[in-house]
Amino acid sequence: MSPSLLSYGIVLSTFVGFSLSLCLLKFPRVVQAITCLAVAISFLCIVGLWLYLNPNLNFSIDILSWLKVGKLRVNWGFSFDNFTFIMGAVVTFVSFWVHIYAIGYMAQDINRARFMAYLNFFTFMMLLLITAPNIAQLFVGWEGVGLASYLLIGFWHQRSRAGVAAVKAFIVNRVGDMALILGICALFAEFETLDFSLILLKLPSQIDQVMTFWGYSLPTLELIGLLLFIGAMAKSAQIGLHVWLPDAMEGPTPVSALIHAATMVTAGVFLIVNLSPLYECTPYVRQLMVAVGAATSFFAAIVALTQNDIKRIIAYSTSSQLGYMILACGCSAYSAAVFHLVTHAFFKALLFLGAGSVIHAMSDEQNIQKMGGLARLIPTTYSLMWIGSLALTGIPWLSGYYSKDLIIESVWASGQTGALVLSLLTVALTAFYSIRLLWFVFHGKSRADEHVAAHIHESPLIMLVPLFVLALGSILGGWFGWHWLIQEQGAFSWQGSIVQIPLSGKHAPAWLHVATVGLAILGMLGVLVYKKPRLIEWLSNNFLYRFSFHKGYFDEIYEICFLRPAFALGDFLGRTVDKNIIDRLGPEASANISIALSEKNRFLQTGYLYRYVLVMVLATMALVGYYFYQFYDPGFGNEVWDISFKTRVP
Amino acid sequence: MFFGIRPYLLVSSIVFSLGLLGFFLNRRHIINLLMSIELILLAVNINFIAFSADFHDLTGQVFSLFILTIAAAEAAIGLAILVVYFRNRATINIDESVLLKD
Repeated sequence: MSPSLLSYGIVLSTFVGFSLSLCLLKFPRVVQAITCLAVAISFLCIVGLWLYLNPNLNFSIDILSWLKVGKLRVNWGFSFDNFTFIMGAVVTFVSFWVHIYAIGYMAQDINRARFMAYLNFFTFMMLLLITAPNIAQLFVGWEGVGLASYLLIGFWHQRSRAGVAAVKAFIVNRVGDMALILGICALFAEFETLDFSLILLKLPSQIDQVMTFWGYSLPTLELIGLLLFIGAMAKSAQIGLHVWLPDAMEGPTPVSALIHAATMVTAGVFLIVNLSPLYECTPYVRQLMVAVGAATSFFAAIVALTQNDIKRIIAYSTSSQLGYMILACGCSAYSAAVFHLVTHAFFKALLFLGAGSVIHAMSDEQNIQKMGGLARLIPTTYSLMWIGSLALTGIPWLSGYYSKDLIIESVWASGQTGALVLSLLTVALTAFYSIRLLWFVFHGKSRADEHVAAHIHESPLIMLVPLFVLALGSILGGWFGWHWLIQEQGAFSWQGSIVQIPLSGKHAPAWLHVATVGLAILGMLGVLVYKKPRLIEWLSNNFLYRFSFHKGYFDEIYEICFLRPAFALGDFLGRTVDKNIIDRLGPEASANISIALSEKNRFLQTGYLYRYVLVMVLATMALVGYYFYQFYDPGFGNEVWDISFKTRVP
Repeated sequence: MFFGIRPYLLVSSIVFSLGLLGFFLNRRHIINLLMSIELILLAVNINFIAFSADFHDLTGQVFSLFILTIAAAEAAIGLAILVVYFRNRATINIDESVLLKD
């Protein structure tokens, strides 16, 4: 196997799987087999290529020329480095197990074949994004995963809320994409290339350059970094542009696990880490990242405290953990961000799939207030959810502990006190909402109605096996990641694919680690307040509780600031301008004129055959008469003429 | 004969005009239309035969035989249509046969 063949196999196998599935939608069994096989091939090709290339993992091929306009040269191609391999392996691995899980989860759905095809399409686009050699192909993948997300959120289109959520996700992402496109344009204007490798080569010459944007002179790199970061904010659900993520939970649960937890939402982090040398030249944007990341992780954790929808809690948790990753990028700890991305992919996919198993058991009930006491009934899901939650809270030696601890350590090392305080508080909040979820779902008395309670059952094996695999990843991922990705003498060196700034000489004091774990345990113990009903009543009657319960009033504020003006403008343009001006002067006017004209000409159409014939004969006579008049000169007056036109007798 | 071709053409054109006028001016029955069409064809036949004699060319006369045959066939079809039409609409009045208008 040659490396180029393997790299084709990585990306294109899912594309082939998707295309074949579309042709075979009538045969769900076949489609399920094809799509799972395609992702498995993709994963195996990644492993194969890694083994082939090891130890020098930099590899790229061009496939096709795409754009040749002026100085712009864009090629389709695949480019691999160490970071790409990690992302690709995580994406295909999680994607494979989510595919398997989806076979069980969607077994009753008549459109399950289409669902599997969409999942494959998503995986293809994600791999296209990851392996992009230039930012234009990355953008194609970026939009492709957005499209897949839209299709899958709105998969149950019978529910109107699913359609609304899908449109919301699409529109909010447009805001970020606008900035991303501007960023790409600015990048091209300055660097005159879109290839990542050439951009990094030209980077040193661009420091201290200034470019004009919207009438202001701004430092070039800061501007590019800012615009790309805004794009990443929308994709990675950072505060302000996070509003689509909780609503995206209307989609089927495997989608939430794959797209809205493990892979697509990390595309923003991927973009930043991929351009880490650029961001190393932009201190102001990194400062902004620290602020946004810390604010997101804290805010989303606050909101997650009081939500009642099991998937929304986990969605806000995702937003919060993505905030950690952005925070780590802001502190130049890119490897920590990637490390957290990987561990988060495992334990968050596990949590979502576990939640899916709970929802499956509860006959599609998602409100945790209506659950309770499930621990005895579905013990396997229960124990796996515990593993996921403990990994998320950062209990020692599970995966979340290593990565979160590393991020907090890097925040400490960068000297950002405010961000450090916020991220430590978030640790406690994370522990609280995770355990609260488990508490309400699995403990206490059952609050389900009898009809649902009679049907509670453990999920089939095809749904449990992916949970086991991901649980194993959640337990061991941290330890392996720590030794492979982070430690300087580790088996895996980054080989310059991302910027690494060693923490050497600035090791965090012991109290920081103790505080992290201590706060996590404190947050877990905080759930005991639910034993005191009076205390709960007092707590749920203040402004902070309402702020959290109403998700920070973001939706309400956006409705007043953006939605209502937009609808009013649309109403004005639609009713007043379009109907009264454009329609009246355009189509309606021409229709009226033609009606008036035809009213006048109606009498011509009598329906009497003989009148038509009369007109026909008269017209023929007129034509013949005209012909005679024009072409036949009888030469009146001096001769007898023959009836034949050809000869004239003198 | 010594009259030349002109009297024949004159007769033919008179018959042709009668046919046309009959077509346009009748207000009663569709059967009149059929008769008028026969008249027009007859005028054409007279023309053919007159020219055939004048040019000493038999083609015209042969052709007029064809036309007679076709006219007979056409009359048969026309009458058949007429019968069916009458069965459908219970009238063959021209003023009421204005379905083309709709």
